[in-house]
Amino acid sequence: MSNTIIKIKNLSASIEGKEILKGVNLEVKAGEVHAIMGPNGSGKSTLSSVLAGRDEYEITGGSVEFLGKDLLEYDPEERAWLGLFLAFQYPVEIAGVSNMNFLKTALHEKSKYLNEDPISAKDFLKRVKEKAALVELDDKLKNRSVNEGFSGGEKKRNEIFQMAMLEPILAILDETDSGLDIDALKVVSNGVNTLKNKDNAIIVITHYQRLLDYITPDFVHVLADGKIVKTGDKNLALELEEKGYDWV
Amino acid sequence: MAYTEESLKTELENQEYEYGFTIDIESDRAPNGLSEEIIRFISAKKDEPNWLLEYRLNAFNIWKKMEEPKWAHVKYKKPDFQDICYYAAPKPKKELASLDEVDPEILRTMERLGISVNEQKKLTGVAMDFVIDSVSVSNSFKEKLGELGIIFCSFGDAVKEHPELVKKYLGTVVPTADNFYATLNSAVFTDGSFCYIPKGVRCPMELSTYFRINEAGTGQFERTLLIADEGSYVSYLEGCTAPSRDENQLHAAVVELIALDDAEIKYSTVQNWYPGDKEGKGGVFNFVTKRGICEKNAKISWTQVETGSAVTWKYPSCILKGDNSIGEFYSVAVTNNNQQADTGTKMIHIGKNTKSTIISKGVSAGHSHNSYRGLVKIGKGASNARNFSQCDSLLMTDTSGAHTYPYIECENSTAQLEHEATTSKIGEDQLFYCKQRGISEEKAISLIVNGYAKEVLNKLPMEFAVEAQKLLEISLENSVG
Repeated sequence: MSNTIIKIKNLSASIEGKEILKGVNLEVKAGEVHAIMGPNGSGKSTLSSVLAGRDEYEITGGSVEFLGKDLLEYDPEERAWLGLFLAFQYPVEIAGVSNMNFLKTALHEKSKYLNEDPISAKDFLKRVKEKAALVELDDKLKNRSVNEGFSGGEKKRNEIFQMAMLEPILAILDETDSGLDIDALKVVSNGVNTLKNKDNAIIVITHYQRLLDYITPDFVHVLADGKIVKTGDKNLALELEEKGYDWV
Repeated sequence: MAYTEESLKTELENQEYEYGFTIDIESDRAPNGLSEEIIRFISAKKDEPNWLLEYRLNAFNIWKKMEEPKWAHVKYKKPDFQDICYYAAPKPKKELASLDEVDPEILRTMERLGISVNEQKKLTGVAMDFVIDSVSVSNSFKEKLGELGIIFCSFGDAVKEHPELVKKYLGTVVPTADNFYATLNSAVFTDGSFCYIPKGVRCPMELSTYFRINEAGTGQFERTLLIADEGSYVSYLEGCTAPSRDENQLHAAVVELIALDDAEIKYSTVQNWYPGDKEGKGGVFNFVTKRGICEKNAKISWTQVETGSAVTWKYPSCILKGDNSIGEFYSVAVTNNNQQADTGTKMIHIGKNTKSTIISKGVSAGHSHNSYRGLVKIGKGASNARNFSQCDSLLMTDTSGAHTYPYIECENSTAQLEHEATTSKIGEDQLFYCKQRGISEEKAISLIVNGYAKEVLNKLPMEFAVEAQKLLEISLENSVG
């Protein structure tokens, strides 16, 4: 089928000689939401880092096909231009660079890569207004330096705001729920649900089930010791919550 | 004019020199080397009055006895002062009347930096003076400024047209015997800019000088003298470029600012002298003395963006002589490859209630070394003086260095001094975050560095801020390691 967005085959990766991923298999199609759950140290964050192209990790085996392309051949920024987005577990602060300038630069670089006309200032502002409303991002935060002095919740909202602005084809949310209170969790989830459509896909990486109360996954995978050991529907998440990870 | 015995003697000596000299006086370039003859040659070439020749010769005599200082944290091969050409006029012999006649290569350089001169002239009303090698080639807006009584011209013209002002103020802020390179400049300076803002006049446009070393093997020794009379205001911009050459070129300028009672001077520099190649070959030695004096309630603000030169050695300073006067220094210094910069400021508080602010941002990449060196001196009479200093360093590589030498001398117990300093390395996490959002490494570095330097860049006039940002980007290409 041509609606496959990402196909991960037998992916292995190590850092400083230590193998973390030991043969991950996963296929995500357009319109789907996948949740990857697993205990600490199971390799969840490694998976997202490897997909985004962090160079500390060494790929020791397997392949990743993204929209029919060999993803591992591309630089991190090219992966972004192709439509991959990672919402960071710990978003980074960049002093002196306003959120707006940051996003405008990102969008301009993308259109340059794709040989498209850059977004006009007017359309840009319109999109900012529309997308900020989606995650109830405070007006002031838009013009502040990227994540500087933001609270934990504000940073996570900002991640989803950036996702909305960049309109990725595949969004990976790495523990986006950590550090969020229940209200923020609702806002963030609501944003993600609005952005979901039949042409894109979302991978939600989480330790806890509670995020999945708001973002309903089509598939739930359990990652343990560098491998996907169990796959099911949303009920698997509930079962995990009840029985703990030792159960799998 | 009555001849004194002295001046007659000098004149006779002059004549003898004129005839005895082996090179054609019409030549565009003095022979290499430094001697009394060369100084007389320069002075004659510029048709200078006797007092100025005396001023030069006095400086030369002092200079001969001086030794090059060694305290700066820079290493370089000492220039051979006998192998430098001290006067070179640009090749076109006729006087350039408009920018159209300027070497197209120079215009291209400036366009690359995003400053189209013509456009600037039209859109922003910047009055520009060009000093190429040793001679000032064009100066726009002279008439318009003239209506307000503002004098803005080449130093050479000022000597001819306003000798009383030049004579009154020349060397009053940077005395002849001040330091090795300033003294050398006093002996051999060839041109530069002169500016006088009359009492109570607010200069309606940015005044700007663009310096360029063009000829191979020449030194550039320009002299800038800027006087803001009581209650006046001026914003002055200075830009510098030089083409790539294998040998080192020497740039030893002197800038003197005089802010009389209630006057304000804003002096901005974007320095992009040729830094040498990756191996450290060639490049400009930028040894400059810049100093301003503030009378009562006056204010001098230095802003500099330093990206060029093989070796930079300069400390734009303020003497806060008058009560309630204010001195400011905002600096971004970027070094890459094998560049070295030792730069900072001196704030000398003499008057009561004087205030100074120092914001210095260093960025070191490649194998470069970047030092901040500053002195805050509070004199006995400077009651309630205040200083705030902030010195930040950003390292781009493991092989570059950042050094900070802040000196404080305080002789008055009512003074308040604050000093903050940070050193950080550009974060892999920050770069990865940017890349993940689709911002390439070079753009990411430029964003992060511009963000880091924002406080200083914001102090630049708009049209220069754009140029400065581009410069930062160009000078940090491929710099993370």
